Amino acid sequence: MSIRHSLLALLQDQPRYGYQLRVEFEDRTGSTWPLNIGQVYTTLDRLDRDGLVSNDGGDGEGHVVYSITEAGRAEVQGWFATPVERSNPPRNELAIKLALAVTLPGVDVAAIIQAQRTASMRALQDYTKSRRDTAANQRAADTAWLLVLDSLIFQTEAEIRWLDLCEARMLQLAQASGARSHVRKPSNGVTVEEATPLTAENRR
Amino acid sequence: MSVQGPQQVLELAKVSRTFGQGATAVAALREVDLTVNAGEFVAVMGPSGSGKSSLLALAGGLDRPTSGGVFVESTPMAGLGLNALARLRRRAVGYVFQDFNLVPTLSAAENVALPLELDGVPARKAHRQAVDALRQVGIPELAHRLMDEMSGGQQQRVAIARAIVGNRRLILADEPTGALDSTTGHGVMEVLRSRADAGAAVMLVTHEARHAAWADRVVFIRDGRIVDEATAMHDPAVLLAPAD
Repeated sequence: MSIRHSLLALLQDQPRYGYQLRVEFEDRTGSTWPLNIGQVYTTLDRLDRDGLVSNDGGDGEGHVVYSITEAGRAEVQGWFATPVERSNPPRNELAIKLALAVTLPGVDVAAIIQAQRTASMRALQDYTKSRRDTAANQRAADTAWLLVLDSLIFQTEAEIRWLDLCEARMLQLAQASGARSHVRKPSNGVTVEEATPLTAENRR
Repeated sequence: MSVQGPQQVLELAKVSRTFGQGATAVAALREVDLTVNAGEFVAVMGPSGSGKSSLLALAGGLDRPTSGGVFVESTPMAGLGLNALARLRRRAVGYVFQDFNLVPTLSAAENVALPLELDGVPARKAHRQAVDALRQVGIPELAHRLMDEMSGGQQQRVAIARAIVGNRRLILADEPTGALDSTTGHGVMEVLRSRADAGAAVMLVTHEARHAAWADRVVFIRDGRIVDEATAMHDPAVLLAPAD
């Protein structure tokens, strides 16, 4: 996530100080990605150094106010105009875990898949509930948050569909080789307890 | 309402269902225990052939278990004769079929009012309730339309209206979003959710995670057995993640 560009985009709106920027950012993204205030100040220092913002001095109440420069505006425009780069391919802990699980002996892949499916479903239930509650008493500021929630819902749904596909493939493989034990055998290596599912806390 | 806790509307106790006999017998369900309480929305997820539709058919009294018991509002279905079973299904159970099962020569309102009229509700009252159910699924203006003049999505809504009419206590739905685009599918989930919030017990069979996520509890079924379940935490903290 580009904090640098996010802060610049918010400054394009109007001059702001560090704490205001944090509040604005979190408000528009439903606090899904909380910002550390220290991170905000370091980023503002670097933007100032690079000539993308200018330090307007104090507002008389101890806040240092920043405004965007022409170079900064150009930078924001470039950011919005450029599609998000996909790190190639994005590192996906779940895919890595399953790729290793299917290639190592003694791993109960079916159990790993089910443990993950349950954890992902729980997250999907919570996102769906949040979406319903937000949509039911929608304020103007909630539009951005609803979009973020939709994105989380689609990502989690894709994860579950992919898990279903993995399971179906494993079953096909097992049936083709006539060795159902490969999938169904009680684990003697990695167990479900050891295979911690990705949760909303550690999924990013 | 019981004071000891939630009221069970549907209970499946050690339910097994086997098709065929001897060496060719296929077990569709193996000793499944499942309860759905008043006000609860349960989704059953599983791949095709996992037994999820068999489970729903048993819950709705459309099929009888090979062993085990099915109870609707504490009434054992096994003890009911055909007439009593049909009456229970008309009064307490709403069932949304995958292929709608609507009467093509009747209008939308007549289809929805049919179970009420069969149960002796006067025609005008039944019609009023039918139009109200059609309003809940968003198509009150199509009340007088015949089935073959309606799109697949509209027919599906009529099928759902027929399942919820007359405040049924148990609503069972088998892939009710199959024929619908995603916006309409969302609308169907809103209807099922609001019936549960109004106190009905709702059980949905689906392979769509997005729809199952509307439920309070998602039950996963594999090879005729319940292998796991996910219960929503409704914990706002789950939405928070550390900054990068």
